[in-house]
Amino acid sequence: MTREVVITGIGLLSSLGEGVGPHIEAADGARAPVIDMASFAPYPVHPLGAVEYDRQIPKKSDQRQMEPWQRIGVYAAGLALDSAGIKSDAEAKDRMHVIVAAGGGERDHAVDGQILTGLKTAADPGVFLNERLLSDLRPTLFLAQLSNLLAGNISIVHGVTGPSRTFMGEEQAGVDAIRIAHARIAAGQADMILVGGSYNAERRDMMLLFELGGVMLTGDVTPTFSRGARHGGMVTGSVGAFLVLEAADSAGARGATAQARLDSVAADRTRRNPGDITRALTAMAGPLTGSPLVVSASSGVAACVAEEKAALEAIAPGAGIMAMGDLAGHAVEAAFPASVALAAALLQAGRGTQAVVTGVGHHRGEGLARLSRA
Amino acid sequence: MRSAYLDASGRPLVAVTGLGVVTSLGRGKADNWSRLTVGQSGIHRITRFPTEGLRTTIAGTVDDLFDRSFAAPELSEKLALIAAEEAVAQSGLGRPGDFPGPLFMAVPPVELEWVQKQELAASSNGDVTYQALLADAARHRHTDYHAMFLFGSVADHIADHFGTKGSPISLSTACSSGATAIQMGVEAIRRGDTEAALCIGTDGSVQAESLIRFSLLSALSTQNDPPTAASKPFSKNRDGFVMGEGGAALVLESYESARRRGAAILGFVLGCGEKGDGFHRTRSSPDGRPAIVAMQQALADAGLKPDQIDYVNAHGTSTPENDKMEAMSCTAVFGERMGRLPISSNKSMVGHTLTAAGAVEAVFSLLTIAHGRIPPTINYREPDPNIPLDVVPNVARDAAVRRVISNSFGFGGQNTCLVFADSPA
Repeated sequence: MTREVVITGIGLLSSLGEGVGPHIEAADGARAPVIDMASFAPYPVHPLGAVEYDRQIPKKSDQRQMEPWQRIGVYAAGLALDSAGIKSDAEAKDRMHVIVAAGGGERDHAVDGQILTGLKTAADPGVFLNERLLSDLRPTLFLAQLSNLLAGNISIVHGVTGPSRTFMGEEQAGVDAIRIAHARIAAGQADMILVGGSYNAERRDMMLLFELGGVMLTGDVTPTFSRGARHGGMVTGSVGAFLVLEAADSAGARGATAQARLDSVAADRTRRNPGDITRALTAMAGPLTGSPLVVSASSGVAACVAEEKAALEAIAPGAGIMAMGDLAGHAVEAAFPASVALAAALLQAGRGTQAVVTGVGHHRGEGLARLSRA
Repeated sequence: MRSAYLDASGRPLVAVTGLGVVTSLGRGKADNWSRLTVGQSGIHRITRFPTEGLRTTIAGTVDDLFDRSFAAPELSEKLALIAAEEAVAQSGLGRPGDFPGPLFMAVPPVELEWVQKQELAASSNGDVTYQALLADAARHRHTDYHAMFLFGSVADHIADHFGTKGSPISLSTACSSGATAIQMGVEAIRRGDTEAALCIGTDGSVQAESLIRFSLLSALSTQNDPPTAASKPFSKNRDGFVMGEGGAALVLESYESARRRGAAILGFVLGCGEKGDGFHRTRSSPDGRPAIVAMQQALADAGLKPDQIDYVNAHGTSTPENDKMEAMSCTAVFGERMGRLPISSNKSMVGHTLTAAGAVEAVFSLLTIAHGRIPPTINYREPDPNIPLDVVPNVARDAAVRRVISNSFGFGGQNTCLVFADSPA
């Protein structure tokens, strides 16, 4: 069985604003990206503005039990459900599947700093660590950190209580989430899946992990596809991106509007020898006719950028490459879902008839999705 | 394709052709099975880190795999490797370094640990801040930390080692993760995406901070003396779970492929059921509906009626809440027969292996079928009058077991149930 898969809901939240509108404007060049150079200097960041979380997460008690990455994700998931016109359909949400691409582990930075300071002079560091963790860790922080608790909070807040899976693994988790969701719907294993991810860029613990690997850009923000060995790396952004994917027949049956068709999603994991990324993306694209829109979920890491560019020049000669990271910052797990969301929104807005979305993880994983106008 | 290779719904039947396991009871199926069926506990006092001041000082850690200090992802990877080596070798599938299918892997979430942060803090004077850690990180003297603490790295290394195909999936559904990995393998084979899949659950994350986090949620047993008696699922005096470590791997293969190459078939995964619970972050719906629906869906997916199940491999964590909810849900699914249907918890002996549990218990479920012997629920001294079930108390029992349902329930409302059997029908 192979069924057509359509996108019936798009939920986007980023530094640009919420909903597809501001993101289309940014893609059209009518809205400037928001970049904060100072707060996390020398690391530029696309910060989330003020969000009225009450609009998607009515209970303050729910909001309090989440760290920002979860709130961003739950909010964007709510936008996607609204966009799909399914928010108030309790029965449909009871059956709806969820696949989330998640990171996790937001640290309490102040507590970590105090403990690390104390450890330097502690007579017995192990005992000191136990004492401090017992007294300083908030019990609920654990749940705010657990990777699968974004999905858990989506069930609690939005009542989406079908099968629920959480994928981890940085950018590729976002690619695989959409790939598996597409495959399951196409094969008749599910009719409707809420899929996406979120990333909170305004946290030094994640910057620390990426800086250890030397993959953060510092100083001036240059366009993703002009980044090179001398000035490359990630400029991260806080983003929530969810899609409602649905079998075309079931979407039609409930009278839902297909915002775009998701034709194919492919993923690979090369060994990253020279030329591997280009070969993998080119192979995943297959033969294309016409001139597609191209949206890239690129991280901005120099070694990947050059190979992705070479692949895109072969796949879609002459097409302008739109880097989602240039608009809203690189959103790691949410980067690919956000890029697919943007491509779908642009197709629906009449900016093209087909689109190619590429994802190249900063350390691993390659992915490619093809969309067309519904 | 001949219809003998399809299930009642016309989907490819999924056979199991390789199994591997490592827990605190030992390395490999033989050691684990012999200890599990004599009712031996793998729970012991923690020596990996100081336990002064902690209310819980015991766990089912897997020790002695490293002769140096190590991070949780390193141990998780090692446990996965040991289990998968055993499973892949048994299956005889592919060639070394060339496994002909994808990898679905349940891995615990990872993050930089205190050791690494202390190393980065060493160069800072005065109060340590994340800005100071970042300044040290920017000197790029510890680039290995980056890859070690990426969420995708454990699966990456396993994929490289076994030569699995495509993009490996690292997944987490909390305490049902191991079952989810198997479920995803079943779904891929049923879709016809692949003839085989390597499904792994692993967890080597018993560290001071992880233990304290569970402790702060009042989830752990504090009855440390003796350690072997702490995990007592379904008992009246149960007071929480005991953290465990382990790894388990299953080679899943389409029945047709397994038969075609003459592989020994160790059993079948006949059905998977899954239902989310939106009630609470850590507590189950009081009516047990999500767990009930997950079990019913697993049975329906397998094309079976409740009375065709011979044994329930319980989630059975030994927390007051889980065991009560599970017993109630099982009774709702299996009716008055539940009083006679054997149900036992492997966690009474290996503890709660968390991310690995669903896979570890899948291996034990298939061994139960193969050996016709049900592992006991040990430490069952004080029956809970509210749980009037046959928990196979304290002593293993010989029984013809053809079909097993294995339950996995996790934080975040995750409920996943799998049905294993000796034959397709």
